[in-house]
Parts: sequence; C-alpha cells; structure tokens
Amino acid sequence: MVDILRFRDDEAVDHAAVTVDSFVEQTNANAVRIEPSDDARDLIPHLAQIHLVEVNFPVFGDGRGYSAARILREAGYTGEIRAVGDVLVDQIGNMKRCGFDAFEPDAPLDPADVKAALNRWPEVYQESADSRTPIWNLRHE
Amino acid sequence: MIILTGNDLKTGAVVWWDGSDWVLHIENAIDVGGNAEAVMAREESARRVNVPYAVEATLTDGVARPNHIKDRIRALGPTVRPDLTLKPADPEIGNWVI
Amino acid sequence: MYAYDKYDQAMVDARVEEFRDQAQRRLDGKLSEDQFKPLRLMNGLYLQLHAYMLRVAVPYGTLNSRQMHALADIADKYDRGYGHFTTRQNIQYNWIKLEDAGDILADLAAVEMHAIQTSGNCIRNISSDHFAGAAQDELVDPRPYAELLRQWSSFHPEFMYLPRKFKIAVIASDTDRAAMRLHDIGIQIVKNDAGELGASFYVGGGMGRTPMIAPNIREFVPLDQLITYSEACLRVYNRYGRRDNKYKARIKILVHELGAEEYTRQVEEEFAHLLGQGIEPPIAELGRIKTFFTDPEFADGAKTVDRSDPDFALWVDRNTHRHKHDSYVSAVISLKPVGGIPGDATAEQMHLMAQLARDYSFDELRVMHTQNIVLPHVRIEDLHALWTALDEAGLGTPNLDRIGDIIACPGLDYCSLANARSIPLAQKISQRFTANGKEDTLGELKLKISGCINACGHHHAGHIGILGVDKKGVENYQLLLGGSEAEDTSLAKITGPGFSEDGIVDAVETAADVYLSQREDGERFLDTYRRIGMAPFKEALYG
Repeated sequence: MVDILRFRDDEAVDHAAVTVDSFVEQTNANAVRIEPSDDARDLIPHLAQIHLVEVNFPVFGDGRGYSAARILREAGYTGEIRAVGDVLVDQIGNMKRCGFDAFEPDAPLDPADVKAALNRWPEVYQESADSRTPIWNLRHE
Repeated sequence: MIILTGNDLKTGAVVWWDGSDWVLHIENAIDVGGNAEAVMAREESARRVNVPYAVEATLTDGVARPNHIKDRIRALGPTVRPDLTLKPADPEIGNWVI
Repeated sequence: MYAYDKYDQAMVDARVEEFRDQAQRRLDGKLSEDQFKPLRLMNGLYLQLHAYMLRVAVPYGTLNSRQMHALADIADKYDRGYGHFTTRQNIQYNWIKLEDAGDILADLAAVEMHAIQTSGNCIRNISSDHFAGAAQDELVDPRPYAELLRQWSSFHPEFMYLPRKFKIAVIASDTDRAAMRLHDIGIQIVKNDAGELGASFYVGGGMGRTPMIAPNIREFVPLDQLITYSEACLRVYNRYGRRDNKYKARIKILVHELGAEEYTRQVEEEFAHLLGQGIEPPIAELGRIKTFFTDPEFADGAKTVDRSDPDFALWVDRNTHRHKHDSYVSAVISLKPVGGIPGDATAEQMHLMAQLARDYSFDELRVMHTQNIVLPHVRIEDLHALWTALDEAGLGTPNLDRIGDIIACPGLDYCSLANARSIPLAQKISQRFTANGKEDTLGELKLKISGCINACGHHHAGHIGILGVDKKGVENYQLLLGGSEAEDTSLAKITGPGFSEDGIVDAVETAADVYLSQREDGERFLDTYRRIGMAPFKEALYG
C-alpha cells in the first residue's frame, strides 16, 4: 500500500501548505492548499513562486478540484498538483488527465489497482491537461 | 414489529432477515425488536446483504405486512406484472399489497 | 448510421474491463456500497426495488437491427424476457444480477453499444429528434453534432463529478420533438444570415422538482467552436453549481440564481480563455462523422396508400410522419397497447421490430422519448405489409399523440425513488378512453405521468400531467394542465388538491370533457386550455 503517489522526479516540498487566503497575504510561502470553494485563478499571479498546490477533496463526489487543476495547468503552472483527501483509485486516472501529478489519499491505495487504473484507457476522446493526443486528432493525422 | 430487509449483493434480489440468514420470502421475516442496527451493521460488513434497512410492519394473519406500500411491493414484485411476482398463482395477492 | 472505428471499439472494450474490475472489487469487499454506487451508476447500474436495473445507452435514439436483436437477446438471457424504453431514448432492464453485469456489457460492446454515463452526476446520453435524417422540416440531420458531443462527453476527465446529472439534446428543425428547452443544454442547429451552420445554445432548462424553460444564451456558435463552447458551459457549472443541496444542484438553479445574463457573461469569459487552449476537435472530424449519416438510396414509388381497410387507413393517418422523400414516411410503432405498460417490449417484439427495420427501413430504428419506436424510412408502398406484421404482434395500436399514448415512468412498481405507482394509472386511463370512445374525438392530447417529483414521466410537460405523491403512506395523485415540451414549451400548472387512484382517472375524464364542451374549431386540448385558462377546469373538478 502507498501513502503518497508521485509522478515527478523533483524533490517534494517538505513543509505544510497554507490556505489560499493566507498565501495571498504571505509572500514567502511556496505551497498552497485549495479547498473546493476556492478560486484557482486567484493563484495565477503568483504561480512562479509556487512549488506545490494541494487540491483537497473532502468527499470524492465533489468534482470542483478537477477544474482547479486544469485551470492551473492551462495557466502554465508546472509545479506539483497533489490531490489529497477522499481520493479513490477509480478517480486517479481522470485526475491525472486534469493535471494532477501526485496523490495523497486518506486511505492508502493498492499499487496493483493503481497500475490497472492508470493503464486502463488505450486512448482518450478529449484534449485535457495531459499530453495525450485525442482520438479525433489521431483520426486526422 | 420491526423487520429487516435489503438486497442480495450478487443478485440484487429482495431479501428479509429470518434470524440467521437473508431469505426471499417475507413470511420468514422475524421481529428484531431493538437489535436492528446491530444486525444490519454486522451483516453489511460481512457482505451478506446490500443496503439493509429496518421496516415497520404489522403482523397480519401470521405474516409480517410492511406498513408502507413500497415495502409490500418489494416483498411481492411489481403489481402490474403478477406473473413475475413471488406468488404468480395467487389471484388475491394484489389485495395484500394495496 | 454511425459505426465504430478501432478507437471507439477500444474505448467501450476498456470500459467493459473497467467495470468488471470494479464489480469484482465490490464483490470482494474492497469497495463499500458508498464507494461503488457512483461507479456503478456511471455505468447505468441502479439498485431498484426488486433487483439491479441496467440502463443501456441508445445514442440519440438510433439503432440498427443487429443492435435491436442484441437487446432482445439480453432480455432473454439475463433478464425476464422484456425491456423498457425510456424517456431518454434508452432501454433499461429490471432484473439484472451484479454478477452478470460485466457479461452484459461485453455482449453490448460486441454490437457497438454500452451503458456509459447512463446515470451518475455526469453528462448523460445525448438525445435528439427521433425523426432526424427523415423529417421533411429539418435544416440538417442533427445527429452528427450529437455524435461529436457523445465522443467529447464520454469519460470527460473534468466533468465526471458534476454537482448533478447533465442532459443535452440536439435538434435541427423549428419543430421541437426532443423537449430541447427542458434540457440542461438544448442545442438547435441553425443557419445564420451568411448561410453558415451553427449552434444556438439554450442552457438551464429541466423538469424535476423546479421545472424551468432554458433561456437562449447564444444564438450562434460556429461549428468549429461547438465543443469549446460546450466545455465553457460545463466548466462554469462544475465550478459554481450548487453542491450544498442536491435539489438545487442542477444547472437550471445556477442559471436562475445568477440570472441568464450573468451566467452567459461567465461562459463567454471562460470560452474566450478556452479558445486559446486548442481543445476543439479538427473540423474534419465532423466531416468524417457526417459521412455516416448520408441518405440511404431512396427510390421513387407509390405516394398514397389503398385506404379500403379502415383499420389500416386509421393507423396510417395516426402513426406515420411526413418524410423528406415523398415516396416514404416515418412509421411509429406504438408501445402503448390499450391497458399495456408504456414503453415495455418483449424480446419477441424487439426481434420482430429489428426484422421489420431490416425489411422496410434501411436497417434503422429510433427510440422516441415518448417511449415508442420509429422506423424512419418506410416506402409508402410497403406500409400495408408493415402494418399487417405489427398488428399481428400487438404493435399496431393507432394512438400516436392521443390520450392513450401515455408517457409513464416505471413508478413504484419498479423504482426505489417513486412515491406512487404510475403504470396502473396509464393502464386505466387508456382503457377508460378506449371504452368510452373519447380517444378519437379528443385528437392530440399528450398525457404524462410521473411517480415522484423527479419527473422522469415529464408530467410538467404534459397537456395533462399527473404527479404521484405519498400522502401518509397512501398513493395520491396531483393533476396538472397546460404543459408542452414542443417548440411552444410551457410548464403545466397544478389544478388543486390531489386525487385517489380511481379519482384521478375520473378527474382526467372531467378535464377532457371540459375541453370537448368548450373547444372551438381546430383547437387541441392545449389550445383550449390556453384560451380559457384554468378556472373552468377547476370548477368542473372541484366546484
């Protein structure tokens, strides 16, 4: 069982993330935590100094964090985006597509299930925050 | 009386608690009195039943008859397809449901 | 019609394996029911009153005979010999075992079908005009756009956990046969002044507990921005739709609370941003899809029928629809026999409909949201042979858009959300109006029944609507009048206090009698209601 799953080679940030509100006031932080009701776009002016964005999923059924991650990637953010909280193996494939590259679930994940989930889809239909080529582009290459 | 019901995890069939097992026929349901929560928690975690819940019923002609129509329909089957109910040959069974 | 390529097939095959794995993890106890429920729902598997229920997607309601045969085989092999066609142009089976679900999905995948996103808080099956590609009045066939949206919405990574379910309809004629403005997004394909095709977006309609008619938020989205604009609509909803109360979570509430203007402003802002992200499919993809929806080889033939058999003539008058080619019609197979269960079809009937589609309709069938089946392209000279075969199988009821052509949700006979039964009412009403001979004189009268506030039976949109409620453990029925799901969209209003099961059947007859006594030349029930208002009906019902 794994507690944190990271798909990055760089060193993980080793201190706690701060809330969006305190981040905007506190200029020296480089890790921030987004709650579902936070607007990810508030971070856009500060992306250069951020190394880690934690996106909290208090319940897996609240899908706002998927949009938050994509918005950050669309704004050019290349640091870590980590899904924390009620993160289940059946969600991590889509999270990865939306730009998450680390997962810190409340309940540890079975590595075999993780591997199966991430290798599930041979192709994808849509453009998203990952580098996969959509089927409709493959058809017209 | 309080009886327990749920659906079989694998088949989805409606089942009733007979004191030691989950069975298809409500005739075998027993009054669990104040033990409903304990039995349901134990049985759900053992995956012997899916989404169990307690039902208020009235003993009528020796059989528990749920007080709510929804559970009477569950106990028997769709009223519009008597051929698919648990008692397809009983012409009076509709009166038990409605 | 659309055919899968290797990519589409690989996706549904992967889904079969994913769901097999998920079901196995549930059976093994690795997933709790709370965790499994959203996963099974995204694959159309519900736990209903008597068993698991599986809803199979019929994208934009279009099927070929091979697919219909496969649906019949599933009914026989895994269920109890029948299926139920739904108001979302889908089919559902009532007696499914979790253990069999993976095998059923594999059987579906073998005929290019699936149950993907037929439930759950995600984008559901895209619905469309059941006469698409055949109707004389359409601008273009709307289904290529629906297919493009199907691909875009399938497994969309950002939109699998929306605040609530999300339904999209696409039409391409001014006549609305798909209840377009009662959808989360309704799209009408239109032509602008320059003669270019584009999409007119209506957002925030819906039925349910708070029915609303969608406002138009943009009159013309160019076709090469269709997906980007849709994505913007969804992203604003995903971020700002209410999640604190499931009854206020549909997009209609967001649009209503923000106001259409502010919602539109936010969408336009997101749209402007997304245009720079390159998410739109190549326009050639729409071109590729369109090649699957070209006309079959229509041939000139007879333009009229021999009307010497009055039963046949009646069926032709009632159950056929004008086709763009004058030697053809679209023929409606009624799944509403008098006293029957609306939308149910046996495996034998499905096999027969499949065979008839092959013989008489270029291998194509459509599921209507009114729970009937269409053979879209029937030669007028074949109509008698078709009718004869249907009539022998109990599929020839001549009641399209009549009071006996009732939409009814499964209600408390099957559904765990229902408060009251719907089907027995439909049976009694169709029997009553056949017995008293009034079905004929009433003309067009759309009656729709829901067994609970969720409105799967579209009661808000019925000329006459019935809503079942639970009154202290006893079924009770509210009567509504004046709804329409057509291009003259309106929401029905409640007449007053509810009725018992027998009382509501009498009440429907009372309302019908008010119409018959007050109608002027050429007026339908709905027209008379709109002219004279609720008062005369109330007076007759409660006075």
